[in-house]
Amino acid sequence: MAPIAAPEMLNPGVEDVLADTKTHQGVPPPQDQTMVINMGPQHPSTHGVLRLVLEIDGESVVSLAPDIGYLHTGIEKTCEAKFYQQVVPLTDRIDYLCPMTNNLAYCLATERLLGLEIPERAQYLRVLLNELTRIQSHLVWLGTHAMDIGALTVFLYCFREREEILRIFEAVAGQRMMTSYFRIGGVSMEPPLDFHKQVQNFLNIMPDRVQQYEDLLTANPIWMGRLKGIGLLSAADAIALGVTGPPLRASGVDWDLRRDMPYSGYEKFKFNVPVSNDCDVFARYAVRMDEMRESVKICQQALDGMPEGRIVADAPKIMLPDREQMKTQMEALIHHFKLVTEGFGVPAGEVYQAVESPRGEMGYYVVSDGTAKPYRVHMRNPSYASLQALETMCKGRLLADVVAVIGSIDIVLGEIDR
Amino acid sequence: MDAALTGIGAVFEAHADNAAVKALSELATDAKFDRGELTITVSRENIIAACEAVRQAGYTFLEDVTAVDWYPSEPRFQITYHILSMALKTRVRLAVRLNGDDAVIDSIVDVWPSANFYEREVFDLFGVRFSGHPNLRRIMMPEDWQGHPLRKDYPVEGYR
Repeated sequence: MAPIAAPEMLNPGVEDVLADTKTHQGVPPPQDQTMVINMGPQHPSTHGVLRLVLEIDGESVVSLAPDIGYLHTGIEKTCEAKFYQQVVPLTDRIDYLCPMTNNLAYCLATERLLGLEIPERAQYLRVLLNELTRIQSHLVWLGTHAMDIGALTVFLYCFREREEILRIFEAVAGQRMMTSYFRIGGVSMEPPLDFHKQVQNFLNIMPDRVQQYEDLLTANPIWMGRLKGIGLLSAADAIALGVTGPPLRASGVDWDLRRDMPYSGYEKFKFNVPVSNDCDVFARYAVRMDEMRESVKICQQALDGMPEGRIVADAPKIMLPDREQMKTQMEALIHHFKLVTEGFGVPAGEVYQAVESPRGEMGYYVVSDGTAKPYRVHMRNPSYASLQALETMCKGRLLADVVAVIGSIDIVLGEIDR
Repeated sequence: MDAALTGIGAVFEAHADNAAVKALSELATDAKFDRGELTITVSRENIIAACEAVRQAGYTFLEDVTAVDWYPSEPRFQITYHILSMALKTRVRLAVRLNGDDAVIDSIVDVWPSANFYEREVFDLFGVRFSGHPNLRRIMMPEDWQGHPLRKDYPVEGYR
């Protein structure tokens, strides 16, 4: 095959990006029959603004280099200029498909810096909403992943159930996506009166709905043909490349932070951690489908066992006072004024708090120098690490499989670029 | 909340059974045990050796590499490595302090390939160089960006 285009004609910087993979992975220099193509940043199957520079030989991928940063908003820098409590709404915007998980990781980290005890009711609410978030995120993943493969119907079914969850979020927090419902020290307000009924209705229908998706996809010959044996990632590679979450468990590593290093009271809940040894895209699909079922179980336990009591810690120097108290008690008014104008100081120290987000290990590293603003907030995001494994999974495979593999690691560019 | 333990003597005595403490008994220059988290400081010459040692001790999963800028105090940069042991269900934090005028450290890409992106991010946002890194280019900011935004002497609003 004759050379189609010189790389420099396609896009400046392409060779720089390719240098990454060549020097590190030991790929031979391009022969004259390979072609360099750009995929993204505006491409429907890259789930955001991911740019991939692919070197292909005919239809098979010789090397692949992700180019990111198109959504970089400098959230880590912004955090340093805000009071601790004001950082919570920023964390929603990192991973917009699991806002509650981000809220939780940040709040837990800061609470550990402060040494705050969180009431049990708040912990249960947090667990319940986190599992709903996981189902909601997996539904978006399933719908878009299936759409990438060509199964367009599933998308509508998934968004039907996602809508139910977003309605619950709206009832609880007043927002569908950027909920900012958690606070350092608890949650922002009592859930509405029909919350229990609303969640119970959803939990009643959800197991059947998961079965519906499975009926549409699991035994479908096209679905199996596109997913089985594709995007292989061994357990050793997954660990070396920092992959976490469902892709790690689909590579046979039995590791889930909710069970193995529990936080926010997860040790009180009984659930299974789905694991598969097939290491391919289909295994990741199967693991996530089972995770949705397990999440429903956790939600049910949280709903049934939800204790009564306070929803915020008893710490007047940190939590905003009740509105009623603020208007009737001098002390509460002073606390309110001080908290709003000056924030609260956090004892110096550093904390790394990791939680299991729908995509894997979401870690918040918060450093305090004793003042009212965080000295440094760093997020360790699961998609960022998983993206590094993309080349290992795609090399030597067909170009069309790249789309399936991207879908299978469930990337969210908001959290990659921050 | 238990009081923090600081100093090699106190930490290594209280946590003598800890696998990371055993592995780094030769290399550590400082140690801290605070809020249930173990931090061990090593000198920058020893970072690869320290990573190899903790990996041998069962800390097989590199979670994160990041930095903290303690400007204007010196040594200015703190490079932080969070390393997880899935078998022991615990993690250790390695820290290295670097001077602002000589912010260079060995890359640990050969120990953990996942360090590739993390180190590029630290280079991009803090301007710390990693020698031996296969592709030390900006990752978040545009290629022609001036300055390193997460440094403390870089204004939050940027230069305009």
